[in-house]
Amino acid sequence: MTDAADVEIPEVDYVSGSGIPIRGNDIDTDQIIPARFMKVVTFDGLGEFAFFDLRFDENDEPKEHPFNEQRFQDSSVMVVNSNFGCGSSREHAPQALMRWGIDAIIGESFAAIFAGNCLALGIPTVTADTETIQELQDWVDENPDGEIDVDVEAETVTYGGETIDVTVDDAQRKALVDGVWDTTALMKSNASEVRKTAQDLPYVRDDQIPDAAD
Amino acid sequence: MSDSTLYDKVWNRHKVTTLPTGQDQLFVGLHLIHEVTSPQAFGMLRERDLEVAYPELTHATVDHIVPTADQSRPYKEDAAEEMMAELEQNVRDAGIEFSDPTSGNQGIVHVIGPEQGLTQPGKTIVCGDSHTSTHGAFGALAFGIGTSQIRDVLATGTVAMEKQKVRKIEVTGELGEGVEAKDVILEIIRRLGTEGGVGYVYEYAGEAIESLGMEGRMSICNMSIEGGARAGYVNPDETTYEWLENTDYFQDNPEEFAKLKPYWESIRSDADAEYDDVVTIDGSSLEPVVTWGTTPGQGIGISDPIPSPEELPEDKQDTARRAQEHMRVEPGETMEGYEIDVAFLGSCTNARLPDLRRAAEIVEGRQVHEDVRALVVPGSQRVQKTAEEEGLKDVFEAAGFDWRNAGCSMCLGMNEDQLEGDEACASSSNRNFIGRQGSKDGRTVLMNPRMVAAAAIVGEVTDVRDLPETEVTAR
Ligand code: SF4
Repeated sequence: MTDAADVEIPEVDYVSGSGIPIRGNDIDTDQIIPARFMKVVTFDGLGEFAFFDLRFDENDEPKEHPFNEQRFQDSSVMVVNSNFGCGSSREHAPQALMRWGIDAIIGESFAAIFAGNCLALGIPTVTADTETIQELQDWVDENPDGEIDVDVEAETVTYGGETIDVTVDDAQRKALVDGVWDTTALMKSNASEVRKTAQDLPYVRDDQIPDAAD
Repeated sequence: MSDSTLYDKVWNRHKVTTLPTGQDQLFVGLHLIHEVTSPQAFGMLRERDLEVAYPELTHATVDHIVPTADQSRPYKEDAAEEMMAELEQNVRDAGIEFSDPTSGNQGIVHVIGPEQGLTQPGKTIVCGDSHTSTHGAFGALAFGIGTSQIRDVLATGTVAMEKQKVRKIEVTGELGEGVEAKDVILEIIRRLGTEGGVGYVYEYAGEAIESLGMEGRMSICNMSIEGGARAGYVNPDETTYEWLENTDYFQDNPEEFAKLKPYWESIRSDADAEYDDVVTIDGSSLEPVVTWGTTPGQGIGISDPIPSPEELPEDKQDTARRAQEHMRVEPGETMEGYEIDVAFLGSCTNARLPDLRRAAEIVEGRQVHEDVRALVVPGSQRVQKTAEEEGLKDVFEAAGFDWRNAGCSMCLGMNEDQLEGDEACASSSNRNFIGRQGSKDGRTVLMNPRMVAAAAIVGEVTDVRDLPETEVTAR
């Protein structure tokens, strides 16, 4: 069995890279990764399908989209508007973004399951108000190579010589900064307490609880 | 902070500990898995040499990719066959019970759990599927989770979560003629917004909710997630217990029923429970609701005018404008008369027996409009079988509907059932996002199942209450 101690969970207190603006409210996970690309048994190779229907027309000819633009090809910090990642809970969405090269997302707000899925991959989802986001998106448009530093611990974003305050959900910040975002390892170490909780539940039968072999 | 609600009580009973992240580690009483979101999680388990911790509390089905016409193996589509084979292998290796298509028990995961009595009050239920909230209809705490969390649950039998606030949504009065559970939830989402529930769990209460059968309650809880809520539930009552008593689990274990009932009673929200928010909606004022846009929050009563984007809150205007362009609707008009090409009666929102029965009553003695292709996809093999025995299949087929095998089908277009080009679809499902039904130019109008049946007949969105009487031929 794997102990919590056996697994190295990297700390994500800081992410930096150039930005890429994705404008629009309510961008749902069907847009981030259309369902037809989910017919896979691994996440490898999902990156090229990120935002597919927004990037390509019916003849697979590229449309105008930041993910198609040469100047953003090395970008890793995505800047989005409100309610990003709403809709289906598919983890394929953050997986596709991560595999395309996104390491952090700054936005006005995120759908809860999406943000949780990002956290499980070690991708911070930090928030700021409408105006701040728009300014940042405009700046990224003008400075595609400009460096954006996301300080998860200090809850700041620095770009173009300016540092702004952003918000990182408390639990998310702690998980990333302390390197405890890999919950499997963390929770596995509580196996005996888990068994005890199960035993106290009236609907769980004893034969459904595995022996404490591990 | 909420206190003494069902949510608080069930949460506390399942809490193992508080993690260093501040999240609570919750024990999972039932883990449902399906073919699309689980293979990667099993893969991660293998990478780390971990085993499934609680296989006895895990149950699998196949729904998303399963073909609903020709189900012979290997499936025609390679990707579908591969996903199915992978699931079969994973459940065999782990010793997980599987409602596979040869069992007669297969179906959409949110239909089969309640059907078999796996879904029970006071359980924590998770599944890698956002509509897991459906199971809250039984007074369970049911959440959709992502693939990494599926891995957590497989490996540890637990999930890490932050506690949410509780909003009580009280729907008072009696629903009018032709108004259904689906209309109630579409109205709730329209009023509170698709993000209104973020940070909340919804408790549905009030006379209009309590007088619903379990299927109606499931339709409502199903769409909690479309309103941004992490989960939704209804306190268990006699209607709930009656359903449970007739399920496989309690038929096989009758002594369990008597044993568990006090627990179910104990987890009901107290009369003086405290909520973080309370919203009241007059159920008697509702009419059938249909969507005009591309989010489930963009709904209106069937006789109401489509709003002009300027009337909406500023942050919704842009989305509304794009939605109206996509749907080709004009503000000021109603949705009545909106031409449709496809009628889809299916999905975990509305493909249970009473849904099909009600729709069949509309269809009986009538013909599907010549420009419409219409299909019925039962939520499970059991629903299908009973419906066939009751003669519903014959009613639908006589009217020109295609009668299919159980699965998710055109709800998300992952199998061959898809919209083509810019087809418009009257759909009993839960999502009208662009591209959702398989074509990025496709247009989805969400509505209740009787309204779908009426639209199929007339060829346009229509108020089912206004359909002229037909001579109903005895079947
Ligand atoms: S029927 Fe639709 S919403 Fe329900 S589980 Fe299947 S794909 Fe998801």
